[in-house]
Amino acid sequence: MKDAFGLPQSLLVLGGTSEIALATARRLIARRTRTVWLAGRPSPALEEAAGQLRGLGADVHTVAFDALDPGSHEAVLGKVFAEGDVDMVLLAFGLLGDQARDEREPEAAVRVAQTNYTGAVSAGLVCARSLQSQGHGSLVVMSSVAGERARRANFIYGSSKAGLDAFAQGLGDALHGTGVHVMVVRPGFVRTRMTAGLPEAPLATTPEAVASAVELGLRRRSETVWVPGTLRVVMAALRHLPRGVFRRLPV
Amino acid sequence: MSAETDFDPDVMGLDHTTVTGWGRTAPTAAWLIRPRTYEEAAAAVLDCGARGGIPRGLGRAYGDAAQNAGGSVLDMTALDRVHAIDADGGTVLCDAGVSLHRLMEVLLPLGWFVPVTPGTRYVTVGGAIGADIHGKNHHVSGSFARHVLALELLTADGEIRTVIPGSPLFDATAGGMGLTGVILTATIRLQPVETSLMSVDTERATDLDDLMARLAATDHRYRYSVAWIDLLARGAATGRAVLTRGDHAPLDALPARLRRDPLVFRTPRLPATPAILPDGLLSRTTVGLFNELWYRKAPHARTGQLQRISAFFHPLDGVPDWNRVYGRGGFVQYQFVVGHGREDALRRIVRRISERRCPSFLAVLKRFGESDPGWLSFPVPGWTLALDIPAGLPGLGAFLDELDEEVAAAGGRVYLAKDARLRPDLLAAMYPRLDDFRELRARLDPRGVFVSDLARRLSL
Repeated sequence: MKDAFGLPQSLLVLGGTSEIALATARRLIARRTRTVWLAGRPSPALEEAAGQLRGLGADVHTVAFDALDPGSHEAVLGKVFAEGDVDMVLLAFGLLGDQARDEREPEAAVRVAQTNYTGAVSAGLVCARSLQSQGHGSLVVMSSVAGERARRANFIYGSSKAGLDAFAQGLGDALHGTGVHVMVVRPGFVRTRMTAGLPEAPLATTPEAVASAVELGLRRRSETVWVPGTLRVVMAALRHLPRGVFRRLPV
Repeated sequence: MSAETDFDPDVMGLDHTTVTGWGRTAPTAAWLIRPRTYEEAAAAVLDCGARGGIPRGLGRAYGDAAQNAGGSVLDMTALDRVHAIDADGGTVLCDAGVSLHRLMEVLLPLGWFVPVTPGTRYVTVGGAIGADIHGKNHHVSGSFARHVLALELLTADGEIRTVIPGSPLFDATAGGMGLTGVILTATIRLQPVETSLMSVDTERATDLDDLMARLAATDHRYRYSVAWIDLLARGAATGRAVLTRGDHAPLDALPARLRRDPLVFRTPRLPATPAILPDGLLSRTTVGLFNELWYRKAPHARTGQLQRISAFFHPLDGVPDWNRVYGRGGFVQYQFVVGHGREDALRRIVRRISERRCPSFLAVLKRFGESDPGWLSFPVPGWTLALDIPAGLPGLGAFLDELDEEVAAAGGRVYLAKDARLRPDLLAAMYPRLDDFRELRARLDPRGVFVSDLARRLSL
């Protein structure tokens, strides 16, 4: 169960090797979380992540999960929920892709879209139904500021996150009053493996800062969390810039 | 919803809704069932589905004791008949859904008072037994279950059992947080009174040591005793307090005009708290001002002041929905007890709370007397401190975890009826009869029909 501060005792991470997800898991284990399910494609990295979390004192299981195989989601995730209540689901899988290549190779672009959007729709709905029947739980969805307004530099990734973001908001409304809390997290540029080698955007942040914002959002039962918080204002302004101006911005 | 039930919503008043405790934290959704007969209650228990059920009274438990995510919550307040009053012997037989407020309305004109009342009259008899509540008279009268002569318990098999003190089932049910079954009725021994007024002595204590010395030296002279502490006071004033103590006023203490109707029960009620209040209303500044005023307002010493029962016992009941002042984020109440001889731990904790500057305007210290046999019953002889804190205070969770460790190390415990956040692994140290409780529950309720969010969170 969650405690008075919204902190979960059991956590299911979809995208079990995500640095942001693991930073969040570490933070939650330091507070109340005792059981963690790391779902992802079987790999040494997934096992290593599980081992690290075990070292912090949690009971950690790995689950073979493939975002690109929606047909399997019901069976795979159903098994996790059958083991006991899941107080929080962290939907954190995603691909950044390579914009230049993806523009040249539509199939690669589709893979980004299918992972970030289609896979999330499937997994999100499967989890939402289980959370709803247990009458409680948080579904925390890792969106991105990139989804707030499409940019020339990464609009394929951005559009997939835009879809995910809209989906998660609607799901949150659908689940309002069911005891299930859906929280959309929109980090800006996060310094991780995913962004290694990319030019750093202004207001860049870290996985640890995202984790800390997630914990705060759980306590406040927030519906939207920006990391860093100032991005809320920045993006509110950028969203309303005329296309001609936005196109010329060095962002 | 995937939860299934056989009830006709029109008949049972079935409703799917989110439920919280009085602290308004951690909402969860459940099917709300309001049985109107014992048969409906039994049917609800037998059919409450895979996620079980839990009885609920007036929802004054601060935490998640009367919530059951995804399952059923049995609102018992429709079962509220007072069956029989023995006005000579001083006992009452009533349904568990009867509130203490109702009992006072019925009993006071007959010269009887409830044996134990907490800081609100709006708790049910069932809740009072389930939480084994205590009041300002614990050092004299013990907790509520001590005054229960018998109760009828609807158990997981749909049977109604008569449970009497001294039996393991009684000791598991008193303080058992509703997890042994649904209490349907109780027979309670009452307290005789000559009037409906209280004779109250008020005095100030300048710091914690002064307060503890006064309480230790003179508590035995008063039936009711409580101290309000200013936990925002620091330095030499740390733990400054106002003591309020008294007893039921005898008839001859009343002036002539009050003697005409000495047992009248009057309860003022102010307008309800607005549904939406700005968050952060209770900041260190506002609470600090309130505390300063409250302390200064109290007389240095005053004796024999006549007060109504409502003013002495239940000042907050006059403000309906006062829990809303804590805003959307709600609040947690932290109540712990440490035994006599562990005053050092109490001093350390009070100092830590003061230094931390928790904005708490409701902080109450009292001395417990002998404990009662309930396995999960809270009181043990010693010192108990209760304080309300806004749940949104940064770092509060970790801070209270540290206090828990201090409490557990001193052999103390926190109160489950108020808990919303205890670390589960500390529970066994705080409640040594926990294994007996778990074993009895496993035997009595093998399917795990009775379950609550509290039970899931702490593995009760």
